[in-house]
Amino acid sequence: MTGLRGLDLTQQLILLLAALVLFTSFVMLAQSRLVGLVRVFAWQGVLLAVTTGLVAHVSGHAHLYISALLTLFLKGLLIPWILHRLVIRLGLERKREADANRTLVQLGGASLVIFSYYVALPAVQLSTLFTRNTIAVSLAVVLLGLLLMIVRRKAVSQVVGFMSMENGLFFAAVVATYGMPMVVELGIAFDVLVAAILFGVVFLQIRASIDSLDVDRLNRLNESEP
Amino acid sequence: MSWALALMQTALFVAGAPLLAGWIKRVKCRLQNRRAPPVTQPYRDLVRLFRKELLLPEESSWLFRAAPYVIFGAMVLAAAVVPLVALRLPTAEIADVIVLVGFFALARFFQALAGMDIGTAFGGMGASREMTIASLAEPALLMAVFTLAMSAGTTDLSVAIERILGSGLVIRPSFVFAFFGLLLVAIAETGRIPVDNPATHLELTMIHEAMVLEYSGRHLALIEWASQIKFMIYAVLITNIFLPWGIAMGFGAGALALGAAAVTVKLAALAALLAVSETLLAKMRLFSVPQFLGFAYLLCLLGMLSHVILEVGG
Amino acid sequence: MIALYLTLALPFAGALLLGLIGHRRVADRVSMAVSGATFAASAAVAVRVLRAGPLLSGGRMFYIDAFNVYLLVLTAFVGLTTAIFSRPYMAHEVRAGRVNARRMRLYHSMYQGFLFTMLLALSTNNLGILWIAMEGATLSTVLLVSLYRTPESVEAAWKYFILCGVGLAQALFGTVLLYFAAARVLPRDEALLWTALHAAAPALDPAVVALAFVFLLIGYGTKVGLVPLHNWLPDAHSEGPTPVSAILLGLLLNVALYAVVRMKMLVDPALGTPLAGHLMMGFGMLSFLVAVLFLHRQRDIKRLYSYSSIEHMGLMTFAFGVGGPLATFGALLHMTVHSLTKSSIFITAGHASHIAGTQRIERIRGLIRTQPAIGWGLLLGTAAIAGFPPFGVFTSEFLILIATMKAWPWLTPLLLLGLGIAFAGLFRHLHPMVYGERPAGQGPVAANMLPVVVQLALVLWLGLAIPGFLAHWFDQATHLISGVALSGSGL
Repeated sequence: MTGLRGLDLTQQLILLLAALVLFTSFVMLAQSRLVGLVRVFAWQGVLLAVTTGLVAHVSGHAHLYISALLTLFLKGLLIPWILHRLVIRLGLERKREADANRTLVQLGGASLVIFSYYVALPAVQLSTLFTRNTIAVSLAVVLLGLLLMIVRRKAVSQVVGFMSMENGLFFAAVVATYGMPMVVELGIAFDVLVAAILFGVVFLQIRASIDSLDVDRLNRLNESEP
Repeated sequence: MSWALALMQTALFVAGAPLLAGWIKRVKCRLQNRRAPPVTQPYRDLVRLFRKELLLPEESSWLFRAAPYVIFGAMVLAAAVVPLVALRLPTAEIADVIVLVGFFALARFFQALAGMDIGTAFGGMGASREMTIASLAEPALLMAVFTLAMSAGTTDLSVAIERILGSGLVIRPSFVFAFFGLLLVAIAETGRIPVDNPATHLELTMIHEAMVLEYSGRHLALIEWASQIKFMIYAVLITNIFLPWGIAMGFGAGALALGAAAVTVKLAALAALLAVSETLLAKMRLFSVPQFLGFAYLLCLLGMLSHVILEVGG
Repeated sequence: MIALYLTLALPFAGALLLGLIGHRRVADRVSMAVSGATFAASAAVAVRVLRAGPLLSGGRMFYIDAFNVYLLVLTAFVGLTTAIFSRPYMAHEVRAGRVNARRMRLYHSMYQGFLFTMLLALSTNNLGILWIAMEGATLSTVLLVSLYRTPESVEAAWKYFILCGVGLAQALFGTVLLYFAAARVLPRDEALLWTALHAAAPALDPAVVALAFVFLLIGYGTKVGLVPLHNWLPDAHSEGPTPVSAILLGLLLNVALYAVVRMKMLVDPALGTPLAGHLMMGFGMLSFLVAVLFLHRQRDIKRLYSYSSIEHMGLMTFAFGVGGPLATFGALLHMTVHSLTKSSIFITAGHASHIAGTQRIERIRGLIRTQPAIGWGLLLGTAAIAGFPPFGVFTSEFLILIATMKAWPWLTPLLLLGLGIAFAGLFRHLHPMVYGERPAGQGPVAANMLPVVVQLALVLWLGLAIPGFLAHWFDQATHLISGVALSGSGL
């Protein structure tokens, strides 16, 4: 409690938002409908943008405002919109995904959070920023995105997991160091955008070639092939 | 003096519980465009039940007869632990929040035993369902309690609330999660929509009602009353822990009056909120209850984790 | 300086230009011209660096030292030879109806785009840009892997995209951590510059840097093809068009390893312990042994050589991990000869699969009777990659073995055993392909064997004698990486 009371209300709000970003990752793990998944992903982007904006406000780093706007536009609006359109276009909006035991997955996610806490400990102890405690949260978001990619079989969900990892990385940069240099951040944003578009193209190719988006059916290439 | 106050507060708690139930029913009826019964309707029902003849099933043992008293007694004792109007009461000091959970478990244990004692299909089914839900809800409840205890540095409810009040307005991510987690647990434990619907006797879905199907007269009255108290305990816990403002720190008449007024307003608001959610939601299938509670557990766990990660760190 | 900008600007402009005219018939010649000009520019950079030492551009955006300049030249060179090879090869594919004009435009444009990202990754001084370029390399080649649009190729592209994307995400996290550690001792705008980081490395916090290196190794290691993150590699290389496989193997893996080694150079002084080296040794050895065993069960010619690549990348990672001048020198030499040999093998393997009409090993037979140039090319290339003297691979492997014997004697038997198994694995497949009974109706195809001849000749030359200027180069690079030069040794 001592850690929190030293902060003013905006800073506390940032921590709350960070926790909510983590929460959205868990909601994604629990969400089995693709449209819902994309929507939660959009919310994560928006939360991320708001958090970045607040960090910019508190820390006085003007370039973070640009990052926040970029995030809002890319992660909150554009990429979810692209994914949403893809889901509609591929006729997947009613599909539910049967995945592994959901409670087990959630508990696995929780243990990933604990794991990230321990991994991030040295970085946290080194930092003096008030956001230092959220480094573990950002790593957890990365790992939860990875978990989502592992447990899901639909290509769209895997892409959402991938993009969510990207969110975690961006978050890490913001909270650990108040953002990377502008040129790097712009480059990363560009890469992410291109990746999102390319994913769309590859979806259409997968769909055209195996008539499904179940990545389980992408199993022609393996070592046991006769 | 303080003991008298503690007794008075417990009495107020026990007496007020049916009122809260009546208030919820009333708000719900209004929301659903039905004619609402008066808020005092639960009292009338209780009185009517007390007056009715007591019928016992042929196969029942002493357990069946003792259970209502044990359940009611446990709930009254639990109610004594929870600060309703004032803090620093002696009853709150001799028992902490873990004892509270223990009282709940005791009551549930006897209820399940009584359900199985008579040997009917419904009794056993209800008992098994109740235990399934309880086994999932209790870890979540304890996790929320631990979160609270870690933040406040104590498991004593009264002291915890005092410390939370003392630290002023602090946004704690852990409390946000624990609040919602506890809310879900409360809904499951008190048998509200969407987990259970106490208003129906539909054999496929009922949980709590299945166990008390064979009770009548004053036994039934005690059990109903006990479950109303339980509901109120949860409501008071949630409001007073997460929104403790207004609770009386001293024993002056003014402070006590303010505390009573504050808790009334808070409870009324929370109950109205619950009524709205019950109107909007449909009861879920029994099979999805574990998922519901798993989510509650996750929230409480996240509360705990975000406390450790975000709030403690040096 | 202008030469460096030209080296980067030429492929970039080429990508844009070919994006417009890539479907025309002149496109392959334009691509070759651009690659040739890039190679010339990179050679000019090399001459400049050789004469005047490391080159730091204005704004410290680019940094060329002895280590990356030779990779820069190598990349541009393999880019050129593959462009030459791709002309008859892709023409054959177009005639066979496997690709249409629109996809050819994509192919040419992305080919140059890929070269641009590789050269950018090599020449940049900014670790953030390095990451962006590596990700860009993935993005530009995903659609090339799935160029044929067969279910297999689309699957390979998907795996490639997802696995490399996930891997690189870890690398970005490592980069963020490194930046985080550096921002405490350097001004913010310098904290990602390699030169600044290198100078300030001893002041960085060891715990954070160690953590960062683990993430970076996992991340870039995915692109190197280190086991257990290698799954994408055989798929992507076997299903894409052969020129794409050739540049992916010959260049991308090198550049990814380059990134890892650059990181190691930062991490070693910061940690003061050999943690980074040990990690690299472990992953390298694991990849080497696993790939060697997988060589035996391959049924697809391109997959066979892909596993051979994993084997060699593992060996190089191991050697860089061992550290010390001898091992580092060996690894640098091995990087060069492996690139040259492997890209020429892929060129011949591509032609061989055209001859047989399939990539399945059991149906590729009698190459030496059908088209002696191809048969001999494949035979000599494989002999070179298996480490036969007098080819350069023998020299570099010999150096690595010696270094291992000095530093970690008990690992030497493992290496020898692995090399032996790899040799057997390659030749049991190779022998029937080259000498087997020639199937009826099998005829020669149009092939330009010039790149193969040049590359294998270079490898042979490097095996017989390393020219003075090159040895000097390697020596400088060795000095940079390991801190000790090897000059004066008996080479």
